[in-house]
Order: sequence, then structure tokens, then C-alpha cells
Amino acid sequence: MFSFVKFRRIAYLFSALLLAAGIISLAVNGLNLGIDFAGGTVFHLSLGEDFTLAEVKEVMASFPELEGASFQEVRGEQGEAGGDHGVVIKTAFVDDQRQEEIMNAFKSRWPGLNPENSRVESVGGVVSGELTRQALLALAVATAAMILYISLRFEFKFALAAIIALLHDVLIVLSVFSILRMEINVPFVAAVLTVFGYSVNDTIVIFDRIRENIKHKRREEYPEVVDRSIRQSLVRCFNTSLTTLLVLIALLVGFHYFIGSLDLIVFVAAIMIGVFIGTYSSIFIASPLWLDFKEREFRRRKAF
Amino acid sequence: MGRKIKPLTLLLFVFICLALIASAIFTVYHAKSRIKRGLDIAGGLYVLLEAVETGDEEVDADAIQRAIAVIRMRVDELGVAEPVIAPQGENRIRIELPAVQDAERAREIIGRTARLSFVGPDGKEIVTGAHLTKAMVEQNVYVDPKPYVSIKFDEEGTRKFGKATGEFLKQPISIVLDGEVISSPIVNSVITNGEAIITGNFTYEEAADLALLLRSGSLPVELKTMESRLIGPTLGQRTEAISVYAAAVGLAAVFLFMLLYYRFAGFIAGIALVFYLTLVTGALMLLPTTLTLPGIAGLILSIGMAVDANVIIFERIKDELRAGRTVRTAMENGFDRAFTTILDSNVTTIIATIVLFALASGPVRGFAVTLFIGIVSSMITAIYLTRFLLRLAYRAGIVRSGAYVGVKI
Repeated sequence: MFSFVKFRRIAYLFSALLLAAGIISLAVNGLNLGIDFAGGTVFHLSLGEDFTLAEVKEVMASFPELEGASFQEVRGEQGEAGGDHGVVIKTAFVDDQRQEEIMNAFKSRWPGLNPENSRVESVGGVVSGELTRQALLALAVATAAMILYISLRFEFKFALAAIIALLHDVLIVLSVFSILRMEINVPFVAAVLTVFGYSVNDTIVIFDRIRENIKHKRREEYPEVVDRSIRQSLVRCFNTSLTTLLVLIALLVGFHYFIGSLDLIVFVAAIMIGVFIGTYSSIFIASPLWLDFKEREFRRRKAF
Repeated sequence: MGRKIKPLTLLLFVFICLALIASAIFTVYHAKSRIKRGLDIAGGLYVLLEAVETGDEEVDADAIQRAIAVIRMRVDELGVAEPVIAPQGENRIRIELPAVQDAERAREIIGRTARLSFVGPDGKEIVTGAHLTKAMVEQNVYVDPKPYVSIKFDEEGTRKFGKATGEFLKQPISIVLDGEVISSPIVNSVITNGEAIITGNFTYEEAADLALLLRSGSLPVELKTMESRLIGPTLGQRTEAISVYAAAVGLAAVFLFMLLYYRFAGFIAGIALVFYLTLVTGALMLLPTTLTLPGIAGLILSIGMAVDANVIIFERIKDELRAGRTVRTAMENGFDRAFTTILDSNVTTIIATIVLFALASGPVRGFAVTLFIGIVSSMITAIYLTRFLLRLAYRAGIVRSGAYVGVKI
């Protein structure tokens, strides 16, 4: 029978490679921070008729602050009244008055521009800095609180293993965003936190089995207990991942075909990756790690 | 196992299942109009303003309160429903205007200092906009099609203005708004009735906005835009519509999967899932929360995760059945043993949502509330409702062997 415990060196190596690739990408590419965290202005303009990006660039050229701005086409399939064919322009912070001038320039070039279906969002540097600090603080406090709870209900070694697996998941999700240059905004933080919850959830379910199976066992039996606990939880982990993925696929298809909004697709994609990684790490990282911690403890006790 | 079917209990079981489904349809039907939506869905204007120290006026809580009062008057004049105008931190004002008609215009009007002053040719200030009792846009198409703003001073303003028009007869008096000269009309006669008009190169709308600003008074401090989000209403609404569709498809898929994998127990889990939606939408309707786009996504995600507790329970029941327990004992043991697992795994997530609620703001906060409601509701339905329904089905005699949860024993 397959032994998760014996397989753990390979899993550790695999994860280490993933993490190394991720860290390299984070160091080289960095993160593509959206306006929520980096500050700036986004114009999402539904132009009401067909256009080319060259035409958009022409209009942008008359505004020096739009020099170097990134812009891309968005297109939703379900178009009512000219629908959703629009352009998203991302640039450094533009003040209210210039925003209006830019909007007016687009309006006079494309009279069909539909403000009902457009948005202009602008975040100044001070606010984005505060948001970043707020998000990091929330993540740190949440992690600490979860360590505390798991330590109380199980033991500190379980908490440590769970949190390492969790950070592993978060780092990998971040790496994916870094490699694909996907944008990170406030919804992303929400996504990461859902992954947090999901990953810990999975891990706790297996730990719970270990806690139950470990009673009255000798230390030589520990690896077998961990293996058995994982096996007993396997169907549950698989089924829950599957039901979650089913829903996510429905969301992804809907967002992709009917809205074409990158923000939302990215949001769902982040959760999906998180679900995969969260399940993987609960099985292959968290539980074996706990065993390693435990065996080290036994060795140390023996040494005294 | 020769247990007989009890028709009355069976009837009760069927009736309760139907009632649960009906309640879900009823709630979801009514939810559309009752759930408060965030700006990212409903569209509208969000502005975060920060008071700037200019040396004229100290920025303190009092100044912020007065600024809020002025902004509220302006917003009321614009006729925006359910505006939020609230202080944030020490020197900021947060404004949310859902369903605002002309968001660009609203944004411009809200942040304007609108300090009006009449300045004599000697450069000295005669009187300010603080002494106005009336400001209206008027237009006399027969004489001059240009719209203008007619104003009336209060008693003190009338006295000051009358004195100045006497002093500067046949000389220009400048009308200055926020440091910019609008016009400099020549005084033709002494004005003692306190009435005057402000002309300029206005469009009708500009003149109307100026009148509005003068009526509501000037801001005591200068405000700078820190953050502004101007979101068209259809953009978010379409996202919501798609999300509802995705939720329905996702729900159906999960229901089907549970049915195929866990048979009759899966069906019960599906009913519990439907009622879970009732609880969540009901809570969202009754609690003072706003539903944001991340919140909707969190909610839909929770459909997939809500059955988790049932999956854990059913797997336990299967273990018990395989270990040779009777149907009844396996059912009870399954629920009992799964309880701590479900509790511990959910409490960790609940902790994360509480931290998020306490520390985050805006849409993420809404997301935290939604997720919290989702987790608590799913624990209630997956544990207690499922257990109640399964026990009832057992008593009705339709659960006889392990086959009800997919075990062939």
C-alpha cells in the first residue's frame, strides 16, 4: 500500500523546488500590484462601438500622464446595446480634474461611451500604503490567532506543522500570481484568506484523525498511524475539493464568457489554485511534518 | 431488516423536505430587493477626502463635522438616495453615494471648497458667501441667454455690500470663487436691498451647480481626494447576475454529486444545502451588512465547502457501518465522532474571519461577514438539520441498510 510517510522526502523536495521557483519569480518579477496596493488610476471604459487599440492610443497620446500607462481590451460575450466592448487603462494617480478631461476626450472620440457600464477608480499613495499595511497586519494576526487555537486544542507541534503548510500554500499562490503577472488587488486578499481557511480546514481534519488514532500507541507505530489517518481522510479531502471546484468552475465559466473581467477571473483562479495546493499540502506536507517534529522530540528525549 | 414503513412519519418527512425547499425559494425570491449591495455591485460613487492644513483653519473634529454638514447639504440638494457621509480617522471623510445619477458632477460638487468672496478694487475683501441667504440660477432669454446666479445677502451682508457699492461706485468689484475671479462687474448704483447677480461664462448646469454650492455654504477646510471610485451601475449588476447563475449551476452540480456518491444521505445533504442558502440569504437580509463582489464569490465558494461537514459525517458513518455497527448506531456514532472534527476545522476559519472583520475595511470586511455567516450556517444545517432529517427518515422506515449512504452491507 502507498505510504505517504515514506513518500514525504520526495514531497518535501517537490515543494522546495516549487517554492524556490516561486521565490526566484518573486525576486525577479515581483508582484503586479493593482491600484489598491500600489496607488494609481484605472479607467474601464465601455466605448459602445468597435475600436482598435491604436485608436485608443491616439486619444491617450494627448495626455502626458497617460504615457507609459498599460491598456488592454476587454470583451464580454453577452453584449446588450453595443455591450461590453471596452478598454481598461491603468496608470499612475490622476487627479479628479484630469480624470474628467481624459473621460471627455474619450467621450468626444466615442460618443457611444456608456458611463453606466464604465468605471474610474483612483487610489492615492497614502491610502494604498495604509491598505497594504492593513492587509499584512490582518494576515499576521490571523496566523497568530490560528496557531494559538490549534495549540490549545491539539498541541503546539500540530499548530507549527499546520502553519508551515499554510504559509507554503500562500507563498505558492503568490508565486503563481508573480509568474503570470496577474494583478493583486483587495479581492485577492480575500481570496488568499479563503485559501487560508480552506487549507487549515483540510489540515485540521487529518490532524483530528491522527489525534484520535494515536491514543495508546507506541512511537514505532506513529508513521503507520499517520499513514492510516491520511488514508481515512482521503475520500473526504477529495470529495470536498471536488465540490468546491465544481462551484468554482461554474463561476469561472460565467465570469470568463459573460463578463470578461480579469479581476474576477483572477480572483476565482487564485482560489482554485489555493484549493489544489491546500489539499496537497495537508496530505503531503502538514501531516508528515508533524511526524518529523514528533520524531525529533523522541530523539531528543532519548539523548537525555 | 424487516422494519416496516410508517406512512405518517414518511408523510411528515416529505412535507418537511418540501417546506424547506419552499422556504428557500421564498427567501431567495425576496432577497433580490432586500439585500443591501455594496458600491462595487450597485454602482455609484465612493470618495475618501482628507482635510488639508492650509493655515486658515485648524483641522480638528469640529471642522470635520462642519465639513460633513456642508457636504450633506450638497448631497441632499443633488437628491441622492441613501448617502453615507461619515468621518474616518481624524481628518478624513468617507462618502458613498449609491445610485447617484451623475457621478462625475456629484464628485466635483462634493469636494469643492466653494469659498465665495466679493473683493474691492483695493484688493480688500468686502463680504463672503457666508452671508448669503439665497442663491438661485436664473435666465432671462429675452435680454441675454446666459444664465446667472442671483443672490441675496443677510442683514450684515446687506450692510457691508451696500457700504462697498457706495464706496466703489463706477469701479469694478471682483467676485472670487476659491481664489479664481469669476467676473468683475462695474458698480452702476448703490445696492442697499442686498440683492445681486453673479454673471460669468456659465453653461446652465455650471450656474446651477454654483448656486447649489453657494446655498449649501463653503467647506471650513480644504479637502483633498485620497481615493475615488466611480462605478457604472450595470457593470456590477451584470456581475451579480452571472454570480447568481453560477451559484445555481454550482448548487445543482454539488447536489448531483452528493446524490450520486452518497445516495439517499446525499439527497438529505442536498436539502440541507438548499436550506443553508435560505439561512445565509436570510441573515444577509436581516443583518446590517452590505454584499460585495468578493462577498458573493465567498458565498458561492461556501456552497462547495458547506457540504464538507456532511462529507465528513457520511464518511464516518460508512466507517462505522463497515466496522459492523447497526444502521442506527452507525448513524449516531458518525454524527458524534464527526462533531469535534467539524468544530475544530471551522473554528480556525471563523477566527480568520473575525480578525479580518476587525482589521480590514471596505469590501474585504463585507467578505469577512459573508464568510462568517456562511460557516456558521453551514455548521447548523450540515450537523443539526441533516441529523434531524436522517433520524426522521430512519423512523419512517425508509433507511434500512447501509445502502442509504452508499455502503453495500
